[in-house]
Formats: sequence, C-alpha cells, structure tokens
Amino acid sequence: MNTMRLSKSLIDTLPRKKVVANATTAAAENVHKEPSATSTEAELVETEVKAKVADKPLPKPTEPKSKLVVNIEQLLKSVLPAIFGLLLFVGIWTLISHQSPNLPGPMKTWDAAVTLFSDPFYDNGPNDKGIGWNILASLQRVSLGFGMAALVGIPLGFIIGRFEFANKMCAPIISLLRPVSPLAWLPIGLLVFKAANPAAIWVIFISAVWPMIINTAVGVSKVPQDYMNVAKVLNLSEWKIVTKILFPFVLPYMMTGVRLSIGVAWLVIVAAEMLTGGVGIGFWVWDEWNNLNVEHIIIAIFIVGIVGLLLELMLTQIAKRFSYE
Amino acid sequence: MSIIEKSNAEKSGKANTEKYVQLENVEMTFSTKKGDFNALKDVNLSIKQGEFISIIGHSGCGKSTVLNLIAGLLVPSSGFLFCAGREIATPGPERAVVFQNHSLLPWLTCFENVHLAVERVFGGETKAQQVARTYAALELVGLSHAVEKRPNEISGGMKQRVGIARALAMEPKVLLLDEPFGALDALTRAGLQDELMRIMQKSGATGVMVTHDVDEAVLLSDRIVMMTNGPSASIGEILTVDLPYPRKRLELAENAEYNHLRSEVLKFLYERHAKKAA
Ligand SMILES: Nc1ncnc2c1ncn2[C@@H]1O[C@H](COP(=O)(O)OP(=O)(O)OP(=O)(O)O)[C@@H](O)[C@H]1O
Ligand SMILES: [Mg+2]
Repeated sequence: MNTMRLSKSLIDTLPRKKVVANATTAAAENVHKEPSATSTEAELVETEVKAKVADKPLPKPTEPKSKLVVNIEQLLKSVLPAIFGLLLFVGIWTLISHQSPNLPGPMKTWDAAVTLFSDPFYDNGPNDKGIGWNILASLQRVSLGFGMAALVGIPLGFIIGRFEFANKMCAPIISLLRPVSPLAWLPIGLLVFKAANPAAIWVIFISAVWPMIINTAVGVSKVPQDYMNVAKVLNLSEWKIVTKILFPFVLPYMMTGVRLSIGVAWLVIVAAEMLTGGVGIGFWVWDEWNNLNVEHIIIAIFIVGIVGLLLELMLTQIAKRFSYE
Repeated sequence: MSIIEKSNAEKSGKANTEKYVQLENVEMTFSTKKGDFNALKDVNLSIKQGEFISIIGHSGCGKSTVLNLIAGLLVPSSGFLFCAGREIATPGPERAVVFQNHSLLPWLTCFENVHLAVERVFGGETKAQQVARTYAALELVGLSHAVEKRPNEISGGMKQRVGIARALAMEPKVLLLDEPFGALDALTRAGLQDELMRIMQKSGATGVMVTHDVDEAVLLSDRIVMMTNGPSASIGEILTVDLPYPRKRLELAENAEYNHLRSEVLKFLYERHAKKAA
C-alpha cells in the first residue's frame, strides 16, 4: 500500500517537475533576451535626458545638439560594442590560424565564401550541388518534420492540459522519451521508413514535438479559474471554450514552444544529415570534411548559425503579432 | 435518505415563488494543503422570486462562497441548493454572475465580451437582434463610447460595468452580484446602484448581492442577510427592509426607518460580531 502510494505520487510529481523545468527554461530565455533590450532603452533615455539638458536655455548659451547628432550617437552606442566584439573574434581567429597551419584564417575563408556564393545553385548531379540547394534541402526537411510536430504536438498539448486523465496517461511516456537524444531515433526511422530522407524528417519530428506538447499543456493548465468560471456560467460549448478562452490564452505559451522547437529542429538536422547523407547542409559539412576543405566547414558553421538566427527572428515576429496585449 | 429529503424540498419548491432560491443546511468544507477548512455551516435561506437580498459580513466570512454555491460553481460538502424547484447541479446562464474581479476576457473587446453571453443565451435570434442586445446592454451601463476597447484599455470601474452589462444582457432569472460596485468611485457607484434598482424592478429578476457597504445594502435590498465570522460561518440575522420603492437616496438620508436599519446592520457588524483586528 505504501509503495503504491509512492509510485503514484512519483507519477504525479514527475511530469509537474518537467513542466516547471521547461517553463523556467523558457522564462530564462526571455530573461536572457531582456537585458539587451532594457539596456538600449536605458541608453535611449539617458541620451534623451542629456539632449533635454542640452536643449534647456542655460545662462551661458551652449550649442544645442541637433536631433540627427543624437540619433547617430545612439546608433553608435548600440552598434559599436557589437562591432568591437566581432573585430575581437576575427582577431583571435586570425591569431589562432597563424599558430595552427591547418585552420584557415578569416581572409581565406572569406575568399572561399565569395566563390561559393557566386554560384549557389549549380547542379552537377546528386553528389555535387550548389550551397543554395543544400540549404534549401535542409530547410525543407526541417519544415516538414517541424510542421508535422506542430500538427501533432499542439492538439496533443491541448488535450493533455485540458483533461486530467490524458495528462496522467501521457505524463510517464513523455517523461521517459523526452530526454532521449534525437539521434537515437534515427535507426528506428531507418528501420521503419527504409529510406534516409523520411528517417531524417522523423528525427526532426521527434525532437521538435516535445517542446510544443509541453508548453501548450502548461499554457492550458495555467488558464485562470476566473475565465473557466465565466465559461461555466455562460455554459459555453467546448468549441467556444477552446476558440474564445483556451486558444487566445495559450497562444503565447504555444509560440514559446514553437520557437524552442524550431531551434532544436535546426540543431538536429545537421547531425541527422551527417548520418543519412544526401543533399543538405549537414551532409555537405561531412563531404567537405572528407575533402579536407576546412574553409567550407567554417562557412557551413556560419550558415547554420545565421539561418537558425533568421528562423528564430521570424518566429519571434510572428509571436509578437499574435500577442493580444 | 438524501432522495427523500430532495423530493420533499422539490415538492415545496415547485410552484412556490416564496422559496424560489433555497439553501438547506448547506455546509462547505474546502480541503486545503493544511487540512480541511470548514467555511460554511448550517446555512439555511429561502429567497422569494423577484426579491433582492444582500449578503453582508466581514471579509473572508464566506460571502463569495455562498454566491458561488448558488451559481453552481461550487458543490456543497453537504446540504442542498434549489432554484425554481430544481436542485442546482451546474452553473447556467439563468443564474448570471457579476464576478468580484470582473473576469473579462482580455483578448476580446467590450462588445465581444458581452456578445459571447448574448450569443449563447439568445442563439435563436437573428444576428442583428443579438448585436442590438449587446449594444443595448452596454448602453445601459453607459459604455456606448467604449465598445471597441479591450479591457486593458479601460478603467477598473468601466471593466466592472462591462461585467454587469454581460450579466444583464443574459436576462437571467437570478442575478448574482459579488461586490459589483466595490471598485467604483462613489459617484459612479451611486449612478449604477440607481440603475440596478431600476433594472431589477423592471425585470422582476431575483437578485443576490454580496457587499461590504452598509448604505448600499439598505438602499437596494428587500432583506439583508448578515453573516457571522468564519470559520464555520453561518447566517447570523436577517433584516427586512420595508422601505417603499422607488427609493431615492436623498430622501432616505433623512428617513428614520432607513437610519434605524442602517444602525442595526452596523451594530451587528461592529458590536455583536466585531472582527478582531488581525
Ligand atoms: N477554493 C478554496 N480553497 C480553500 N479555501 C477557500 C477557498 N475559497 C474560499 N476559501 C476560504 O473560505 C473562506 C471564505 O472565502 P470567501 O471568498 O467566500 O470570503 P468572502 O466573504 O467573499 O471575503 P471577501 O469579502 O474578502 O471577498 C475564506 O477563509 C477563504 O480562505
Ligand atoms: Mg468575496
């Protein structure tokens, strides 16, 4: 009897913990982003105050700063540190490349990038395609896997958040499977689909689905009782409850899940493609490694970073549009 | 045993406007992390159809709990609640609630918030009729100018008025109000009290209002239910307010009966059931 209670409480507490941990990572992400925004705001206020002080007719007439000057000052203040950082990075890179003859320096890499991107869409057969094709192939896999993950994960998250029974039913499975490295799913995918491409998409799907399920479920479980009381008094239909109360409330949580998912999906695609081969940025990196073309590997790192950044930015913009505040 | 009790009450409740809303030996115990908390005990009350009663008592005594029980949002630990001869099992639009904290949906405009209720209750009517009802309800509380605003763009008092409009738009049989004017300034409050009195007279709906305000209770009510302090709070005394309608607040200020009733409530609250300063 005692053990029974213990195991039951284990099941009860496990998913909660996971959920909390996930919510905090999401929150931490937000917090992580905040300082830069606030610091620029603070700078903005500061410069404005300075400008106002300068504008005031002081006993000794001073030259009032024009708006243009202030704007340029602001721009420099926010952009300069970034430029310094990049210069420092390139500097260190140059230094290291001088020490280690195998690592190409920034200039060599830049030259290679210029030639690479001068013809991004050439096609010399299945094993030699332009970098553009490779990026597009990876993006296509990510969007397929990610799209399916959204189609499955978001409704599942709603069901888990809304019905206690579904929550109790799915929580142990989710807790068990979520920490598994996405690549561990690749052999299963290869086995079931008997082809590399669907297997890679499958890996993306399985890695992108968890954040969406969990964040959506957390959102649904956080819907204030007050709103549900309104729904009860008005005797709203389940459809109206979902569309007028749950969905608008959960949307920000869902978007956090979507953003985390796309990040993970893009992270995983490179590794998955290295293993599966075919056209794609991941396999391209592997190929260039076999050719010992280190410049291209470095370029690939930048491409992966930049595309990931763009995906994230895109989703943040979409999330902002949907926010009701 | 419970079935017999229920059927008895149903018999007496049916076709009996004297006991339109009925609470029988209602007890409410919340189970909390620190153990059970007995909020209400032995609450018995019958409300006539068309009657307006106020529930007054110190903070935390269980006024909202009584209201939520009548609304059907809470299920009593023991005892029975009836409305129009039927046991109250679930919430429903015939018992509209004005919530203590307005509870508007922040992503909907004022219009949409009210319209959600109208759609549900008057689904059989044409779209145009529904829209007209929504506008009429918002006009009633003086918010015609703010229909397209979101709740976070309007003042606290305006939010509360939208909450009232939402409840009124449902044309409920029983209107349940949880400190509906608590967040309002004195002027707006007086205006809305008069408006509520007029609406209740006209609609013939039964009203139950929770309040902290003694003047409000005497002005609006047919009876004032005064609750003892919790835990295990119950109904202490019930005061009948026999003032003729329409009631005018200025005239009443010099009315001896009014002032007598007022001091009765005050004595209950501050002498017989004073709350020890925490
Ligand atoms: N869901 C709940 N779980 C546990 N205790 C509760 C719950 N709801 C209310 N209580 C307790 O029951 C008592 C009565 O609460 P209630 O909200 O009815 O008070 P109230 O008279 O409306 O107070 P106020 O005037 O401040 O609104 C309080 O002591 C409160 O702590
Ligand atoms: Mg209350």
